[in-house]
Amino acid sequence: MAQKKAKIAERQLEVIAGLKAFGTQIYNQLDQGVFPTINMPSRSTENINYDPTLRQFILGEKSVSRSARNIRHIKPFTQLAWAAMFSNELTTQRKTSTLRDVYYSAQAYEMTFTDQQESNNIITDLETLTGFAREDFHIFPEERSAIFGDLDIGYTVPGYEGKTLNLTSHPDGVLIGPALTSSEFIGTKADKVIAIEKGALFTRFIEENVHNKHKSLLISCGGQAPRQTRSFIRRLHDELGLPVFILTDGDPWGMHIAQVIISGSANAAHLRELNTPDAVWSGVWASDIVEYKLPTDPLDEVDIKRLNELARDPRYQNDPLWQREIKLFLKIKRKAEQEAFSRYGLTYIVDEYLPTKLEQAKGKK
Amino acid sequence: MAQATFEEISASDFFYRNRDIAGLTNPSRAIFVAIREIVENSLDAAESQKIPPDVYVRLSYEGEATKETQIYKLRVEDNGSGIPPRFIPSAFGQVLYGSKYKLKQARGTFGLGGKMAVLYGQITTHQPVFVTSSTGQEKIYSFKLMIDIQRNKPIILDRKVLINKDHWRGTIVEFTLEGDYLRAMPKIIEYFKQTAMVNPYANITFVDPKGRLYKFTRATTIMPESPKETMPHPYGVDVELLQRLIQITTCTNMLDFLKGHFHRVGEITAIKFLIFSNLISFSCREHGKIENDQIKWVDSRPSCPSCGKTAEYSSKNPKKLSHEEIVRLMQNLKKYKDFLPPDASCLSPLGEDLLKAGIIKELKPEYLVVHQRKPSTYAGHPFIVELAMAYGGDVPKRGTFVIYRFANKIPLLYDEASDVSYRVISVMNWRRYKVAPEMPIAIVVHICSTKVPYKTVGKEFIADRPEVRREVANALREVARQLQHFLARQEHVHMEKKRLGIFSKYLPKIAEFSTTLAQQKRLPDIDKLLKSVQKYGAEES
Ligand SMILES: Nc1ncnc2c1ncn2[C@@H]1O[C@H](COP(=O)(O)OP(=O)(O)O)[C@@H](O)[C@H]1O
Ligand SMILES: [Mg+2]
Repeated sequence: MAQKKAKIAERQLEVIAGLKAFGTQIYNQLDQGVFPTINMPSRSTENINYDPTLRQFILGEKSVSRSARNIRHIKPFTQLAWAAMFSNELTTQRKTSTLRDVYYSAQAYEMTFTDQQESNNIITDLETLTGFAREDFHIFPEERSAIFGDLDIGYTVPGYEGKTLNLTSHPDGVLIGPALTSSEFIGTKADKVIAIEKGALFTRFIEENVHNKHKSLLISCGGQAPRQTRSFIRRLHDELGLPVFILTDGDPWGMHIAQVIISGSANAAHLRELNTPDAVWSGVWASDIVEYKLPTDPLDEVDIKRLNELARDPRYQNDPLWQREIKLFLKIKRKAEQEAFSRYGLTYIVDEYLPTKLEQAKGKK
Repeated sequence: MAQATFEEISASDFFYRNRDIAGLTNPSRAIFVAIREIVENSLDAAESQKIPPDVYVRLSYEGEATKETQIYKLRVEDNGSGIPPRFIPSAFGQVLYGSKYKLKQARGTFGLGGKMAVLYGQITTHQPVFVTSSTGQEKIYSFKLMIDIQRNKPIILDRKVLINKDHWRGTIVEFTLEGDYLRAMPKIIEYFKQTAMVNPYANITFVDPKGRLYKFTRATTIMPESPKETMPHPYGVDVELLQRLIQITTCTNMLDFLKGHFHRVGEITAIKFLIFSNLISFSCREHGKIENDQIKWVDSRPSCPSCGKTAEYSSKNPKKLSHEEIVRLMQNLKKYKDFLPPDASCLSPLGEDLLKAGIIKELKPEYLVVHQRKPSTYAGHPFIVELAMAYGGDVPKRGTFVIYRFANKIPLLYDEASDVSYRVISVMNWRRYKVAPEMPIAIVVHICSTKVPYKTVGKEFIADRPEVRREVANALREVARQLQHFLARQEHVHMEKKRLGIFSKYLPKIAEFSTTLAQQKRLPDIDKLLKSVQKYGAEES
């Protein structure tokens, strides 16, 4: 445990050193009377490649340079320097902030961002430049998801050092926020993680005691899982050796929610360890729709367009499952929500469907 | 003139019955046209002597006429040439009598405008016109006149002679008329403003019925070159003019007639034209009659094909031409290809400098470009297009270009959309010049000619003649190009300022942030960098 704690503290020091190095580089260039220039990997689409071994998107060889000499660069350059300074402050003082905070804090320095998107981009630049995730700089997005299950954690956030918590202590689940993601894992009785697309089913699972019946840690993704949740799932998998199962709606969007947990997103190609390549999409599959005769809605145009896009996506090439299900969706032209199992009664999904799917996954492994 | 057509009624009767063709269509328009015609006569009278005009106009309220209209007294004083006393009655009491029939550029051309106004006044108020004038000699003559409409003759009601102690020179015209000043006011004020713009050497004062004073002061005393009188060019004549010339000529043969009364027609051209229209016959002393198509030219003389001696020739007496022959002559004059084009010495354009002075005076633009085209001709009439584009300053921003149209220094205020300039401006590809109608831009078009191609007698808009259209379009392109350069330069300066602003805003911040990040105590020295951008900027512009 002490070792793990040291690891987190070490990472803090690395982050701070990285930011200082960046600042020193600019400072020296300025002091020598040259316009500061920086290089970083390009995040343009043609430089984003899928790496089959890492099983995630990575950035290629192309790099871009930003120079304060360039009239179009100097503003984002300044914003980047500011963001580094702001992150440095957060990290050294061990305070957390949100992307929204960043947007507003800049105004105090007459560095007003035109919109939230612009400030988010600068933070992504800082990630790309330093190789650290914004969570390392204590900057978190607004969306939060939750976890419930028999896992003991030990806090590392200031004021809570030494305190522990069992993640079954609150029936609504525990928010996956900075205090939780920065905590150490002490121990668990669970032998798997089930990540669920929607909060309603998550609550149902808790009520139905799924965490005991199936010895699992339940995670509510709240739609597309936020980055901190994805990296937290990765930690549960890597540090505790737990297999991860994902349950989503039976449509292209649900399928992709699972895929991003598994293979990551192109937007995060500059970062590592946000994805869990070994995680498994357990359903709802198109074949489940057929097999369980689920009540369905027709696919609309946007769904079909999305399915065709996904069929060409490199992340959907490594497992035949994806192509098979995409084809079937396109064939039956129907989709079903997780709630569709309610036609067989409220507990059917827990008592019948889930065990079958978990068995299925085991067989596959 | 036109006796054949209008035997029953006199010219004044005819024009009175058709007064709307002169623009006297309604009480508000009438008062505008009356002021304009009398003022134009004054400007013409001063300009003909190269005297910077001083024109004083007063319109005063005399009483009610109908519910909507009032009686006004119009008084216009000028410092122009003055009128010799024997001409005064006819100049103001006989329609189509004027001194401007000879060909040179002037505002009036029909011998009509001033009298139409006076006539209108007489018809609506039954009052005479008072004309006081002196050519600067010992005496001042004062007339009280009315027009005998039926007979197109002035009636002299009173005549006074005064001693001209101060050698005053000029003319004062005063008469009453019915009209609607309140409705006409915006156009009248606009008329004075625009007149001041193309007559920057004129002082114009207007006192309106409410006693308000509008003063337009001259910006220069330099006058444009006076136009030289010319004879009509063969391409530009019509049957009426031919008839008039035949009436007054003292020539007894066609050759002399052509040489003596037409612009750019010399002996050889005349002979060749007469051959072309079969109005000449040749003979040789030795060989007798020579057919027209047998004529040989030796040393630029028509000669006998057999012996080469200069041929003798004879042509008809123009006074003996029948009406049909006159019509054919007119047609041939237009058809014949080898007349030299008219020259433009009979024109008096403002010139680029004066046009500039006038526009600066009235619009105070931020940028102004003027361009004068070379003389050109349409149907035998020489004309010159002068064009200006003014940007910013007092130029109003209307969402469309503000167009000021002038013909022979007269502002044209009505029927803009029918005018050739308006059409040229609206079909122009402005985007090519990075110019947009939303910008504060005024376009000034001045067309001067011995015969402005008006569409109507009312002098409101210029007909769409291909020759005129082409000149306007070319001038417009030229000024647009220059405006584009100006706008680009302005944009460049603006961008440069902005660029420097950006560097001096952000470089210190980068310095500050990096100092904190690098945990340094001293800010890095960025003066050198800031200077380098400035130097770079200076090099660029
Ligand atoms: N203010 C004036 N000063 C000198 N001459 C004038 C004045 N007003 C009118 N005239 C003379 O009277 C003539 C007739 O004027 P008008 O009826 O307006 O016809 P137009 O101006 O077309 O010739 C003019 O040609 C000019 O000779
Ligand atoms: Mg006149």
